[in-house]
Amino acid sequence: MTVMEQRGAYRPSPPPAWQPRTDPAPLLPDAEPYRVLGTEAAAKADPGLLRRLYAELVRGRRYNAQATALTKQGRLAVYPSSTGQEACEVAAALVLQDRDWLFPSYRDTLAAVARGLDPVEALTLLRGDWHTGYDPHEHRIAPLCTPLATQLPHAVGLAHAARLKGDDVVALAMVGDGGTSEGDFHEALNFAAVWQAPVVFLVQNNGFAISVPLAKQTAAPSLAHKAVGYGMPGRLVDGNDAAAVHEVLADAVRHARAGGGPTLVEAITYRVEAHTNADDATRYRGDAEVDAWRDHDPIKLLEHELTTRGLLDDAGIQAARDAAETMAADLRERMNQDPVLDPMDLFAHVYAEPTPQLLEQRAQLQAELEAEGETP
Amino acid sequence: MTTVAVKPATMAQALTRAMRDAMAADPTVHVMGEDVGTLGGVFRVTDGLAKEFGEDRVTDTPLAEAGILGTAVGMAMYGLRPVVEMQFDAFAYPAFEQLISHVARMRNRTRGTMPLPITVRVPYGGGIGGVEHHSDSSEAYYLATPGLHVVTPATVADAYGLLRAAIASDDPVVFLEPKRLYWSKDSWNPDEPQSVEPIGRAVVRRSGRSATLITYGPSVPVCLEAAEAARAEGWDLEVVDLRSLVPFDDETVCASVRRTGRAVVVHESGGFGGPGGEIAARVTERCFHHLEAPVLRVAGFDIPYPPPMLERHHLPGVDRILDAVGRLQWEAES
Ligand SMILES: Cc1ncc(C[n+]2csc(CCOP(=O)(O)OP(=O)(O)O)c2C)c(N)n1
Repeated sequence: MTVMEQRGAYRPSPPPAWQPRTDPAPLLPDAEPYRVLGTEAAAKADPGLLRRLYAELVRGRRYNAQATALTKQGRLAVYPSSTGQEACEVAAALVLQDRDWLFPSYRDTLAAVARGLDPVEALTLLRGDWHTGYDPHEHRIAPLCTPLATQLPHAVGLAHAARLKGDDVVALAMVGDGGTSEGDFHEALNFAAVWQAPVVFLVQNNGFAISVPLAKQTAAPSLAHKAVGYGMPGRLVDGNDAAAVHEVLADAVRHARAGGGPTLVEAITYRVEAHTNADDATRYRGDAEVDAWRDHDPIKLLEHELTTRGLLDDAGIQAARDAAETMAADLRERMNQDPVLDPMDLFAHVYAEPTPQLLEQRAQLQAELEAEGETP
Repeated sequence: MTTVAVKPATMAQALTRAMRDAMAADPTVHVMGEDVGTLGGVFRVTDGLAKEFGEDRVTDTPLAEAGILGTAVGMAMYGLRPVVEMQFDAFAYPAFEQLISHVARMRNRTRGTMPLPITVRVPYGGGIGGVEHHSDSSEAYYLATPGLHVVTPATVADAYGLLRAAIASDDPVVFLEPKRLYWSKDSWNPDEPQSVEPIGRAVVRRSGRSATLITYGPSVPVCLEAAEAARAEGWDLEVVDLRSLVPFDDETVCASVRRTGRAVVVHESGGFGGPGGEIAARVTERCFHHLEAPVLRVAGFDIPYPPPMLERHHLPGVDRILDAVGRLQWEAES
């Protein structure tokens, strides 16, 4: 007797208790990245918001340029520039309420600055005088996270805790395309969906993880598709279209705040500069590709939209540039002052109460510094 | 100075050469990790290998350390010899589950029927001005895990010789690369056939009679410098480079300490629960009657690795070593 003849020995379909949880169709991202600028949708966008985004983009670009210049002068140990990605950075910051939390990765200094963090404090990690140079509670910005994707479960936990406490708080967590391969990314998405946590995941797909192109990172049709498997909606957006990124993130934040659970947003953008100043991008990509993306620049796109609609004139452009210049001059001046460091700080924040061993080591360093005549 | 017939090479170049020679000699050797292909690794240690051996043998993996090491386990199960690169010390931590739960104990679990010949290359340690998570000395975690070999070269020649041995080993080897020595040069001739160093043998880098500095990896050059400086104070220091933490060469270390009667262990990682505690205990157990003073340790402070602007206060330097050497006279004084 063959297996097929063994009637009732197996079920061609699962037993009735198994039900597909959700129809995947509404969770699936659109085939094309969502766009606002240069489309009909732009007419409906709030001109005030567009002008605000524009000013922040111009300031952000200048910030990236200034920080990059500071690495060349040795003032920063390293700076991972987000030039070309400013629309994502700025939209992520502006879409949140004060009570919400931002969970940035190491490339997202600009998002932190656009959220109101002092530009110098935002650079402490990269200058190397301390790991996190700001109080995360003050602006509700978690420490810039260097290990990839590890901040994502934190965002889920925080949002979940806020919800348990009855607070109306959303967490927005940022990660790169490479970071989506880490186990922590998958675990975070799964927890968020199971708990229906008020979290928005923003993937900035800028084409590369250092040298590795997206095709070697994933075989999925898009990173936004990954959402479906966890049971949350995936949205695909043009990451250089500030209005579109803002709108998609605003939808996701509203959805989360209303108890609708998490969303995964993939923004298609490009890292115009090298990974960091230590990287040689010519090893893995050609100028033509970079130039094509420079033509699809977030500032150019928005400026064109605003000027053709008569929402911005030369004076407005100049005003944005002047404000950016003022910020850059201030940043330059303050970063050119040597930070005042106290070596005793090494022992200051390891435990709430230093262990006897640390006190011993502290005394040892103090004695060494005194012997060297280096007493702080 | 006479001109030597050998070209200076960097430790990074010697490591590359070791992988290249191993791959040429054995088609089962595969290199994998983040950015190891087209870019040649962020430290360029795998430079040129992808071009020479193709993407199937030198693979840019997705960005996932647990995945990299976990798939390496499966590849090794099927007869390959994976050489895995973890980009930086602190980014190896996501792979700890695979390392500790599987890589380290597969031979043991399977009664010897499934050994895993995997080499895990980990650039480690500070002194290069790296930002947070780029300077950890993680050797204590590895050496506390039975089933792993833990190796760390301090010279260009050893980088080559030990990496060849690691790749040839039928057991998993955590190969710790002192990243601040990547660009250090030795007179090493890459065109000569190279010696393969057996894993597990320490070497006396400098002989002396008054005390032994026991050290490894990035602290070896610091100890040699300290030994030179100590001459002015009348100390003639011996420097032992362990090269391998597991297995540990009790013989070479104890022979040295028995000769000198005094020892200081020097390493960058924290002292509490660090390798120095184990080493000091072993030396004391074996050389008690020869010791003129307790075995001292000079280690990094027991703090999370500090930001680059403060790291010089944390890293054990010549002065701290000399200070410890001075304390070895305690018995004579008391
Ligand atoms: C766990 C972990 N592994 C490796 C690294 C080293 N590293 C830093 S950035 C980077 C590439 C990240 O690419 P992606 O996630 O796409 O972000 P992007 O740099 O493009 O913003 C890598 C591999 C790290 N920071 N953390």
